Amino acid sequence: MTPLLSVKDLQVTFVTPDRTIHAVNGVSFDVKRGETLGILGESGSGKSVTLRSILKLHPAHRTRWSGSIALEGDEVLTMEGRALANLRGRRVSMIFQEPATAFDPVFTIGQQITESVRRHTGKSEAEAMKRAKDLLEMVRIPSPAQRLAAYPHEMSGGMRQRAMIALALSCDPSLLLADEPTTALDATVQIQVLLLIRELQRELDLGVIFVTHDIGVAVEVSDRVGVMYAGKLVELAGVEQMADAPRHPYSRGLLASTVHDGMRGQRLEAIPGAPPDLGEVPAACSFAPRCKSVEPRCLAAPPPLKPVDDSHFVRCVVAA
Amino acid sequence: MLLYALRRLLYLVPVAFGVSLLVFALVHLAPGDAISAIVPPDAPQEVVDKLRTYYGFDKPLPVQYFRWMLVTLGGDFGTSIGTGRPVFEEVGGAFLNTIVLAIAACIVAFSLAVVLGTAAAYARSRAVDRIVTSIALIGVSVPHFWLAIVLVIVFSVELGWLPPMGLGPENVAGWRLDLDHLRYMILPTVALSMIPLGVMTRTVRSTVKEILNMEFVTALQAKGMNDGRILLHVLKNAAPTCLAVMGLQAGNLIGGSILIETVFSWPGTGFLLNSAIFRRDLPVLQGATLVLAFFFMMLNLTVDVIQTMVDPRIKRG
Ligand SMILES: Nc1ncnc2c1ncn2[C@@H]1O[C@H](COP(=O)(O)OP(=O)(O)OP(=O)(O)O)[C@@H](O)[C@H]1O
Ligand code: SF4
Ligand SMILES: [Mg+2]
Repeated sequence: MTPLLSVKDLQVTFVTPDRTIHAVNGVSFDVKRGETLGILGESGSGKSVTLRSILKLHPAHRTRWSGSIALEGDEVLTMEGRALANLRGRRVSMIFQEPATAFDPVFTIGQQITESVRRHTGKSEAEAMKRAKDLLEMVRIPSPAQRLAAYPHEMSGGMRQRAMIALALSCDPSLLLADEPTTALDATVQIQVLLLIRELQRELDLGVIFVTHDIGVAVEVSDRVGVMYAGKLVELAGVEQMADAPRHPYSRGLLASTVHDGMRGQRLEAIPGAPPDLGEVPAACSFAPRCKSVEPRCLAAPPPLKPVDDSHFVRCVVAA
Repeated sequence: MLLYALRRLLYLVPVAFGVSLLVFALVHLAPGDAISAIVPPDAPQEVVDKLRTYYGFDKPLPVQYFRWMLVTLGGDFGTSIGTGRPVFEEVGGAFLNTIVLAIAACIVAFSLAVVLGTAAAYARSRAVDRIVTSIALIGVSVPHFWLAIVLVIVFSVELGWLPPMGLGPENVAGWRLDLDHLRYMILPTVALSMIPLGVMTRTVRSTVKEILNMEFVTALQAKGMNDGRILLHVLKNAAPTCLAVMGLQAGNLIGGSILIETVFSWPGTGFLLNSAIFRRDLPVLQGATLVLAFFFMMLNLTVDVIQTMVDPRIKRG
C-alpha cells in the first residue's frame, strides 16, 4: 500500500544574492493515513522548511528543491500553478504557529473560511456559509453563527487557533501540517487545542505532521517521532522507543533523562554548543562538534540513516 | 455606519465655529487696511471714513465678527472690495475651477500610483522596482511650476498640440464638461498630478511590500488562493494607510496651487487668494478661506469614514 505521504531525500537550498543556506539536507520519511508524525528539533534545524516544502510554500525564485515529495503517489515538487493551488488547502492544509498573524485582519473569519470552501468545492455562498458554521461547531466554538461575522482581533488566541483548525479542515484534506500550533497559546488552552487536534485526527482519519519544540507535546500527540538536527533527520522511531530508548547522542541529550510526566513546556536547549552553519553541505556528522561520543570515523563522511530495527532508524555510526 | 458618519458630522459644528473665528482673527490681525488699498493715497479723509462705515470696518472686532457670522450663515458672503461683485460668486466660481482640476489630478495620480506602487512592490526584478522608485522621486523633487513651463513650451509652443493657458476656448469664466474644455485641462492636470503621484507611489509601494511579507499572505497561498484573490486581500489591507495619505494629498490640491494656476492662467482658488491678498480684499479672503477650511473638514471626515469602513480594527467610538 502506498503511504499517504512519502518524502525521499528532500534537499532545500535557499540562494540569495549574498549567501546560500542549505536548510534541509536529505530528509526521508513516510506518513500513513491516520498517523501522526511528530518532528522535534531545536530552532533552525529545518523543521518549518521541511513542512512548508510539502506545500511548496517557499519563494520560488530563491529556493532550490531536490528529492521527491509524493502525496498519494503524486509528485508535489514538480507541481506548478493551478495544479499546485488545487493541492493546497484541499488535499494538504496547514495550521500556523500564530493564528493572530495567519488570518487576514480585515476579513471576517466567515469570509476567510468560505473563500476556501468556495475555491475548492465550487459551493455557493450560502452552502459555504453553512459549511463554515458546521466547521466552527466541529472545533467547538460557542455560538458559531455569530462568530462567523467576527474579525480575527475580536477573538481570543485559543478561539482563533480553533478557527484556524476549522479553516484547515474545511475541504476534507487527507494530510494536515501543524507548525507549532500551540506554542503561542496559554498552557491550559494549549492542552485543549492539542486534544482537539488529536480527536479530529482520529475522527477524520487524517495524516498529521506535527512540528514542535516541546518534548512533552511531541510525546503526547505522536505515533512516531523524528528528531531533526542541521537539516537532517537524525533519528526516527515509534513514540515509545523514542521516549524510552533513544539511540542518537543528540536525541539522548534531548530526551533520555527528561521524558516523564509533566514534561510539557520543556524547551530543547539543554545541550551545550551551537548548531552548525548551514552555509555549506556537511562533510561529516553535523553533530560531531557537540557530541560526547565523537570518534574519528564520525568525521570521515556524513553518517547514513541506518535501521536499528524495522521501525527505528538512527543517523550515527556509533549508535547504529 | 450611517449613524457613525452623522455623529462625526455633528462633531464638526464646534470645529467649524472655531475655524471661522480663526479665519476672522487671522485676516483682521494681519497688518494693513482694506480701505487704504482701494482708495487713492490722496483721497479725503471723509471718503475713507464713509467707506469704512459702509463696509462696517468702524465697528469693534467682536461686532464685526458676529455680523459677518450671521450674514455668512444666511448665505451672504458680502461683496468683494476689489471687484464689487458678490464674494459668493467670486469664491464659488474659483473654487469650482480648482476642484475640477484637483479631481482630475487626483484621478490621474492615484490610479497611476496604485498600479505603479503595487507593481514595484510585487516586482522581483530590481529594474522594475528601480524605475518606479525613480519616477516617484522625480515626482516629488522636480519643481512642478518648472515642469508646467516645460510642458507649455513643448506641447503648446513647439508642437502646438494643446492650448497653453485658460479654462476653455471662448475664454469665458465657467468650466464645462466637454471635449474642448478637457483639452485645456490636460497640461495643468499633468503638472499638478506630479507631487501626489510621487508621494502616493512611494506610499503604495512601501505599504504593499510590508503587507506582502506578512504571514497571512503565506497562509492564503497555503489554502490555494490564486494571485488575484491574494491581491484583493493585500490591497484591502493597504487601503487604510494609503487612504490617509491620499486624503492629505487631495487636501493640498483643493487649496489650489498658486504657481500652477498662474502659469496656466487657471482662474482657481489659488489665483483668487493671491489677488485678494495683494488687494487686501478682506471679504474675499475671509470667504475663500472659510470655504476651503470647510472643504478640508469634509475631506477629513470622508477619509475617516471610509477608513473605518475598510479597517474593522478602527473603533467607531
Ligand atoms: N525563505 C527563506 N529564505 C532563506 N532562508 C530561510 C528561509 N526560510 C528558512 N530559512 C533558513 O532555514 C533555516 C531553517 O529554518 P526553519 O524555519 O526550518 O527552522 P525551524 O526548525 O523551523 O526553527 P524554529 O524552531 O525556530 O521554527 C534557518 O537558518 C532559516 O534562517
Ligand atoms: S556519528 Fe559520531 S559524532 Fe555523530 S552523533 Fe554519532 S557519535 Fe556523535
Ligand atoms: Mg519553525
